[in-house]
Amino acid sequence: MTEYLLEINDLKVYYPIKGGFFNTTKDYVRAVDGVTINIPKGKTYGLVGESGSGKTTTGKAVMGLNKVTDGDIYFDGKHLNSGKKVDVSREVQMIFQDPYSSLNPRKRVFDIVAEPLRNYEKLSKDELIKEVIRLITRVGLPPGSLYKYPHEFSGGQRQRIGVARAIALNPKLIIADEPVSALDVSVQAQVLNFLQEIQEDMDLTMLFIAHDLGVVRHMCEWIGIMYHGRLVEEGPAEVIFKDPQHIYTKKLIAAIPDVNVDNIEANLRKRREVQEEFDNHFHEYLDEDGKPFPLVKISENHSVALPPTEGGKQ
Amino acid sequence: MNKMNEQEHLLSVNHLTTSFKINGEYYPAVDDVSFNINKNEVLALVGESGSGKSATAFSLMKLHRHARVEGEVFFEGKDILKSSEKDMNKIRGGDFSMVFQDPMTALNPLMRIKDQIIETLTIHNTKEKNEREAYAIELLKRVGIARAEQVGEAYPHELSGGMRQRVVIAIAIANKPKLLIADEPTTALDVTIQAQILDLIRELKDDLGSGVLLITHDLGVVAEMADKVAVMYAGQIVEMAPVQELFKNPLHPYTRSLLNSLPSEDMLGGQLHVIQGVVPALDKMDRTGCRFAPRIPWIDENAHEHNPQLREVEDGHYVRCTCYKNFYLNSSTETTQEVEAEQFGALHQGGNE
Repeated sequence: MTEYLLEINDLKVYYPIKGGFFNTTKDYVRAVDGVTINIPKGKTYGLVGESGSGKTTTGKAVMGLNKVTDGDIYFDGKHLNSGKKVDVSREVQMIFQDPYSSLNPRKRVFDIVAEPLRNYEKLSKDELIKEVIRLITRVGLPPGSLYKYPHEFSGGQRQRIGVARAIALNPKLIIADEPVSALDVSVQAQVLNFLQEIQEDMDLTMLFIAHDLGVVRHMCEWIGIMYHGRLVEEGPAEVIFKDPQHIYTKKLIAAIPDVNVDNIEANLRKRREVQEEFDNHFHEYLDEDGKPFPLVKISENHSVALPPTEGGKQ
Repeated sequence: MNKMNEQEHLLSVNHLTTSFKINGEYYPAVDDVSFNINKNEVLALVGESGSGKSATAFSLMKLHRHARVEGEVFFEGKDILKSSEKDMNKIRGGDFSMVFQDPMTALNPLMRIKDQIIETLTIHNTKEKNEREAYAIELLKRVGIARAEQVGEAYPHELSGGMRQRVVIAIAIANKPKLLIADEPTTALDVTIQAQILDLIRELKDDLGSGVLLITHDLGVVAEMADKVAVMYAGQIVEMAPVQELFKNPLHPYTRSLLNSLPSEDMLGGQLHVIQGVVPALDKMDRTGCRFAPRIPWIDENAHEHNPQLREVEDGHYVRCTCYKNFYLNSSTETTQEVEAEQFGALHQGGNE
């Protein structure tokens, strides 16, 4: 039995659509509609999908930044949305997409990184400085950067300041929401290497939200693919990439541009085939509301949202 | 295309130098850049942010207000750097159109989508007056917008980033341009939409024989789309080659570093190569030596040329500086910190205490 650090059961996040004379709730936007994700301790789970598929909403729900409509979230055995206030901010931290807007431009690096420590640890001034210096060095920035402001750093360095802030309280789970999509390839490599390193060192579990499949494949052991608020396929990264079953997954994977110039013709051909299959059969994969079907297990750890009647064959 | 000789390049850029004024002095952001684009050809311009890709594109369109632009840009035999603003307005958006990087600011927030497309059609006298609206909707459909009629009636703020980008592309291709400059056209988009947009650009090229200048930092897109690739660093082209050659036999240290920093199938979960340091600021750049040298400090100083030039080393394959001959990759943490400490030397002086 694997021990899961984070368990999300049948999570639903609905936003009401208000309208009419009395501004009553007419309908809901079902941003996340029945998502179940379990992340084993120390692993990285990649949540992939196009914009609007609900991946960020899922991440925010775990952080408690969104109201959960239905479903349960357990972190380390603790029920997070039971109504009772459970404070897990020590253990769950988030790394944001845009390092340019997620750091307060009017605060010095020292204050940014010290903020979580001030809130949760009772440290004397000297200890605080020592601890912040330790964190700053941990993320590979010179100690002299302590009293600089965020604008004095490059994108990659800023993202590392964000990471220093996130790891300040020794969290167990990090939710990384598109941590590299705003960065250049060269800087991207730096941040990815670094995330892997701290993950190993600190035995972190990570929910890695991204739309770049190349990056996800590099980082994650386990992948879930979302479409319209539901998972359409879930399994180990290798299996998903080698043997995608859902038509939407196939389309996503076929759409990745390959740097190998010998494969280009083959890729384009493959993409056209998949597109054709997608155009002809995609509706079969959706229920009458245009949502994917519930996941069906097709092997021990590979689940796909296949239409119910076909029982796993296409 | 073999009947095309030297004189018949669609676009020919010679010694383009664009300088910006910083504290009263001009510093070139685009430094002596030359390249050609033929009909039915895609030239990809690759590099990090700050390497001068967009500054090059803006110079070609004559969109810089306060910069000093020198050199020649021949478009169909005419030097457009010498044309008047009035002539430029006829060319821009017509024969010569551009997809801007940021779809949030490229559209007029006060105009309906449909009207923004009709506007460009009107300016360039494309189609009869009564056909323009239908054509605008058709263009929206071509860029893959599903409810084209409704989207036509919408204002930019009602659309998502991906949709806006597609509208920008629709406007850019509306007058069947002979040259399309696409500045990071798919950076803000999801992979599936990206594939769709790239198909569209390919179609434009194949159907109309248009030339395309594709600016991007996504090497996957480059491999897939480009015929020729020019790699830019710190304002200069450091390597230029046909796409097959560049990806199979990359020579310049910068190109090799870029290619190695991508996650690939062979090394899943492994350490990625990190390019140390940052692109130097315009006014703090050593312009006499190899500009990439500060970012590869483990390479012997003598391997670099003084004032390196772009040289043809193989047929059609150009490389700047001799340092590529002695280059090997190194991305140990120590080197990273060394480089950073050096570039951040100023930091130790205490900052804002």
